[in-house]
Amino acid sequence: MEFKGVAAAAGIGIGRAVVVTSPPPGGTGPAGSAGRDAAEEKISAEAVSQELERFWAAVASVRAALTRLRGELARTAGEEKAAIIDAQAMMLDDPAFVDAVRDAITAGHKPAVQAVEDVAARLAAGLAAVEDEYIRQRAVDIRDLGRQLVEALTGETSGEPVAGVVVTSELTPSQAAAMDPGRVEGVVAGAGGATAHAAFILAARGIPAVFGVGDHWAQVRDGDTVVVDGNRGLVAVNPSPQELDAFLVQKAAWQAEQAALVRLRHKPAETADGLRRVELGANIGGPADVAAALAAGAEGVGLFRTEFLFLDRPDLPSEEEQFQVYKAVLAGMGGRPVIIRTLDAGGDKPVPALGLGPETNPFLGYRAIRVCLDRTDVFATQLRALLRASVHGRLLIMFPFIATVAEVRQAKGVLAAVKAGLDREGIPYDPHVQVGVMIEIPSAAVTADLIAREVDFFSIGSNDLTQYTLAVDRTNEKVAAYYDSLHPAVLRLCKNVIDAAHAAGIWAGMCGEMAGDPRAIPVLLGLGLDEFSMSPAALPKAREIIRSLTLAEAQAYARAALQQS
Amino acid sequence: MDAVEQKAERVATVRSQHGLHARPAAVFVRTATGFRSQIEVLAHGKTANAKSIISVLGLGVNRGDAIVIRAVGEDALAAVRTLAELAEKEL
Repeated sequence: MEFKGVAAAAGIGIGRAVVVTSPPPGGTGPAGSAGRDAAEEKISAEAVSQELERFWAAVASVRAALTRLRGELARTAGEEKAAIIDAQAMMLDDPAFVDAVRDAITAGHKPAVQAVEDVAARLAAGLAAVEDEYIRQRAVDIRDLGRQLVEALTGETSGEPVAGVVVTSELTPSQAAAMDPGRVEGVVAGAGGATAHAAFILAARGIPAVFGVGDHWAQVRDGDTVVVDGNRGLVAVNPSPQELDAFLVQKAAWQAEQAALVRLRHKPAETADGLRRVELGANIGGPADVAAALAAGAEGVGLFRTEFLFLDRPDLPSEEEQFQVYKAVLAGMGGRPVIIRTLDAGGDKPVPALGLGPETNPFLGYRAIRVCLDRTDVFATQLRALLRASVHGRLLIMFPFIATVAEVRQAKGVLAAVKAGLDREGIPYDPHVQVGVMIEIPSAAVTADLIAREVDFFSIGSNDLTQYTLAVDRTNEKVAAYYDSLHPAVLRLCKNVIDAAHAAGIWAGMCGEMAGDPRAIPVLLGLGLDEFSMSPAALPKAREIIRSLTLAEAQAYARAALQQS
Repeated sequence: MDAVEQKAERVATVRSQHGLHARPAAVFVRTATGFRSQIEVLAHGKTANAKSIISVLGLGVNRGDAIVIRAVGEDALAAVRTLAELAEKEL
């Protein structure tokens, strides 16, 4: 039997099923089952103050436990994940929760346990009814809090630590936190999604998990062999020996890949002889990609494409909307350099709000910086948002599709005007923001020495540079065979750009697909490229290649490639 | 002598990208807790205690939603002004 769910925590786990059927206390099963006491129990007036005292003691003890858990998570998983616990700790202070429990005890004469269960169930049901997925997940937090309070009140605990693959209706954050990564192979849960706090905790602890499998979890029996594929959101129960073999191979490959990543992630991208060190950056499309970039060991962002803000919408994004996105990326990268490319509209990226009509030759047409220098209102708004965000990290601004020196000067003129405006309004920005250009048009590559005087860095856009140099439309399958980034013509242009940069005392990077191509990396390293930016998935391999070569070997590859005929 | 009791009410549009969810809700509630007045938030026909994270989350306020902030107490004016400004800011 196989079923799908949500990939909640990465990795592949294989083991015997441990089915946990008992719903957590607090009247909390998915069906909203009642608490343990079917009959309404009432306490005497004399017992009220005693029950109240027991409740406050339980609150204090759960608070202490949450503080301990927070400290542990901060050490093992980082401050960001530890902040998850703050949400629960805050609920422990919440009047809607504690006042309601207090009233149920004092006015309702309910025993503390029942009061907690009732209130937790009522509040959880209220949040579970909200449409927003994030808030629905907070209902789990409340139930979890109720369960912890009841355990503190009754002295009951969840029992022995489990081992194997845990299969349950819903996993709470504290249950996730209590799991031993050495014993629990994986988790399958009927409810929940990738934004469940329990999912974050499992991911941080390296326990693979699939959530949101619906009622399928109930078909699993204790002792079944269960495969949890937290990469694809897949669960296999009692697979055939052949299937199991395939999963074991996948698991081994995944583990080897992870081990290699971890081993290499924080090693510098330098040649085997230590003579040359380069920077490895990630190409990203939005704030959502930051985590993957950092996990892959990116030392910065070499290309943040801002087009996603502009595509597929009838209007233009406001300065504020853009600011929030840029800020999120800059802050997320925690002070590492982030190169943000200004709007690259047109070509194969239509922006409806700009009213760019169809063109016979869009790749040679009205696009990117040409549009921005024409629509300086749109351009200035983006630059303003960028500069405002610059105080939240280390920003570098890059202009795309530069063909001539005049365009660079014009673009810098708009940037200076925007800065002057911010100065007048007293709005802070980083005055040391580096300004660079993408070199993707042959005219710019050939005159790189002239452009270098105007900017702080170059980044070679190898996709366009290849298609323009070789006159090959990279979207046309019929001529795909002619598209070759390693053609000596393209490489000689790259060499010219890198040499011109170094002669002018600036640096040169590359943010096209070529930068992550295992065949091209040795050549580019030998040509003296300073920065390689690629999709996060390509980073580990690139780091491995760079670390395996001496500088002399890389230079030999470059010499040979430039002469290839 | 009792402090002078104030009453205040103001409409605000929530600007935060995630509405009053997650961290913005926490910031909002923590700020509200700093005032002595009783403070309510009204949205989508529901009323929430501004000092309760559970209650505020339950409103399901999204970006662009209008909310009413209403307070009664000695610092009601300051509370409503501060919270309205907070709601209109990006949290």
